[in-house]
Amino acid sequence: MKITGAELIIRALISEGVDCVFGYPGGAVLNIYDELYKFSAQIKHIATCHEQGAVHAADGYARVSGKVGVVIATSGPGATNLVTGIANAYLDSVPLVAITGNVACPFIGKDSFQEVDITGVTMPITKHNYIVKDVNRLGDVIHQAFAIARSGRPGPVLIDIPKDVQQCECEYVEYIHQPAPVATNGRSTLRKAAEQINDCKRPYIYIGGGVIKSNATEELLEFADRIDAPIGSSMMGLAAVPHDHPRFLGMTGMHGKYAASQILAESDLLIAIGTRFSDRATGNKTEFTKGKKVIHIDIDPSEIGKNIPAYVALLGDVKTVLQQLLAGVKQRNRPSWRQAVQAIKDSSDNRLEMPPDQLNPETVIKAVRRHASDDTVVCTDVGQHQMWTAQYYDFSRPRTFITSGGLGAMGFGMGAAIGACFGTGGRKTILFTSDGSFHMNMNELATAVSNQLPLVIVLLNNNALGMVRQWQAMFFEQRYSNTSLARRTDYVRLAEAMGAVGFKVDTLSQLEPALAKAFAETGPVLIEVTIDQDAKVLPMIPPNGTIHDIILKA
Amino acid sequence: MDNDEFVISMLVNNEAGVLTRVSGLFARRDFNIDSLSVGVTEQPGLSRITITAHGDDYLKDQIIKQLAKLQDVKVVKPMPFNNSVMRELLLIKVQADRDTRSALLEAASVFRAKVVDLKSDSIILEITGERSKCEAFIEYLRPYGIVELCRTGLTSISRGLKPLKDSKSFVEENSAKE
Repeated sequence: MKITGAELIIRALISEGVDCVFGYPGGAVLNIYDELYKFSAQIKHIATCHEQGAVHAADGYARVSGKVGVVIATSGPGATNLVTGIANAYLDSVPLVAITGNVACPFIGKDSFQEVDITGVTMPITKHNYIVKDVNRLGDVIHQAFAIARSGRPGPVLIDIPKDVQQCECEYVEYIHQPAPVATNGRSTLRKAAEQINDCKRPYIYIGGGVIKSNATEELLEFADRIDAPIGSSMMGLAAVPHDHPRFLGMTGMHGKYAASQILAESDLLIAIGTRFSDRATGNKTEFTKGKKVIHIDIDPSEIGKNIPAYVALLGDVKTVLQQLLAGVKQRNRPSWRQAVQAIKDSSDNRLEMPPDQLNPETVIKAVRRHASDDTVVCTDVGQHQMWTAQYYDFSRPRTFITSGGLGAMGFGMGAAIGACFGTGGRKTILFTSDGSFHMNMNELATAVSNQLPLVIVLLNNNALGMVRQWQAMFFEQRYSNTSLARRTDYVRLAEAMGAVGFKVDTLSQLEPALAKAFAETGPVLIEVTIDQDAKVLPMIPPNGTIHDIILKA
Repeated sequence: MDNDEFVISMLVNNEAGVLTRVSGLFARRDFNIDSLSVGVTEQPGLSRITITAHGDDYLKDQIIKQLAKLQDVKVVKPMPFNNSVMRELLLIKVQADRDTRSALLEAASVFRAKVVDLKSDSIILEITGERSKCEAFIEYLRPYGIVELCRTGLTSISRGLKPLKDSKSFVEENSAKE
């Protein structure tokens, strides 16, 4: 049976298990949207306010569900509006397929209306991309794209499809690509790693986002118990281990817990699992590994030795590698190391708490946590509020913390939270944001209203670009260049004008009633919380610094 | 040959944009390469790219690993200097009048270069060889007045029967041997 390219796209998506896509219609994707209309019973399409919101939504959807996120945009500006979101998915290894329309083949290269070479633009920020000029290749390309997006280290793939290719007819046979093989480890390498783990004195397990992507929490905890080691996490690894797990030290790195970084510094064997040693997590790279050996477990061979040299490298899916390691490592009991770890955990430097009787980021985040359940998804934007959420929110389950790590993209939150709502089948979702980040993509509040999403937006308003202001305070002698913005936005009225519910919280006593009402709502709610402009994210290890440079007090 | 020089050969899909993917990778990862040559092979769908670069083992390792991640790169291998044939083609145009012409022809004969064009005031010579041979030839000709020259960049093939396409893929290479 012959079908058009546009129909083929939808049929191929369905056969890949896609039932929800995000996007924005336009001239070069009219044929695809016509098919979406016909197939609306099988595929739900969420129209956002801006393509950036759609791609962040597809990203958030993918992170909470573990499925491939799909976004559709038209040619030219539609395609270029995806760029930040694609880069974000690339840096955080999120499986994403972006489908863009383009001008018809005879118009390509003529600077036609709404023509952009989007495969050229996105080449450095995709795992792979395609422009499909022959409709007979279209089915194969779509299935390949899904295989690439989800296999190995996941990431975004873009498919650019000229308008005439969408209109051409072709034959299509449904099929699913076999996933690409991943590297595995020889017995001698596994033995070498096991020996190091068995023989070391002060092991430290440092986890990243790979543990979550690989669904390896269970294996990780068994491994930690077996070798008697504490666990520290990069920001991307947060929520992989429950916050109250006795072995868990919290986040390491620039704004990590004192104990997580100090204990790492004192370890003699660092077992890094599913992490790429970002500069925000390591600080000074030479000092980071001083006096210790590193066992690096990752699925991407190019990460081995890229930022930190590995003494032993174990390639492959984290879950599989941990299972292999568990077969070779011995049960260990390291009382003196455990004691040393506990002493650092209990030290006053590890307890930087904000006053509990004030309205401040910590009291707000802790109060929100009390209204949430263990499986509530928490999204953030980027900046101080993001770090405070990472520090103070008690995560209990993997895939409940959705944040822009590698790219640090302000404006990520609204789209991501919308995607998370759909990815969890409509569970209550929280977005922590701030006046700076929210203003970037607040238009998407309209999307949340249109779809009556169960979204609680907690906006920490310090009337400034807080993180940049903090750096200006600490490293630029308080020259607050362009960070005190004097916005006059009335968030409550804004929320109401857009069809949402709004609350304003200026004092601690107003917080609980507002939260109680907000969590009782079924649709989107925005709570503006006024916080001190000079509140700082602490502790802080300055860029390229070490634990010795840690700043504990403002 | 500098001590830290290395040569990498790869087989890539012969499709539009592949060279951009490869060269774009070098630019964005800050890998400086010295030469790059590309051409079709005996296999219809595959082209062969050979690059030369210099740097430490870290750089070489990263270049190979990052190239191996590109979907269009099928095989990528470092070429050992002691077991590969490496050649480059040089075309060089030199000023040549009645006084210098015979000396230039003599040099061409010694270096086993070919004369490919001769005018009353110039000569074009063609030479193939390892990079050091091309460089020695250029240095020898410099006093005569080099008008312009162009080089193809190094290309390389391993000695013995086994072709590059039969090399293990990066994943196979990094997988269990036992």
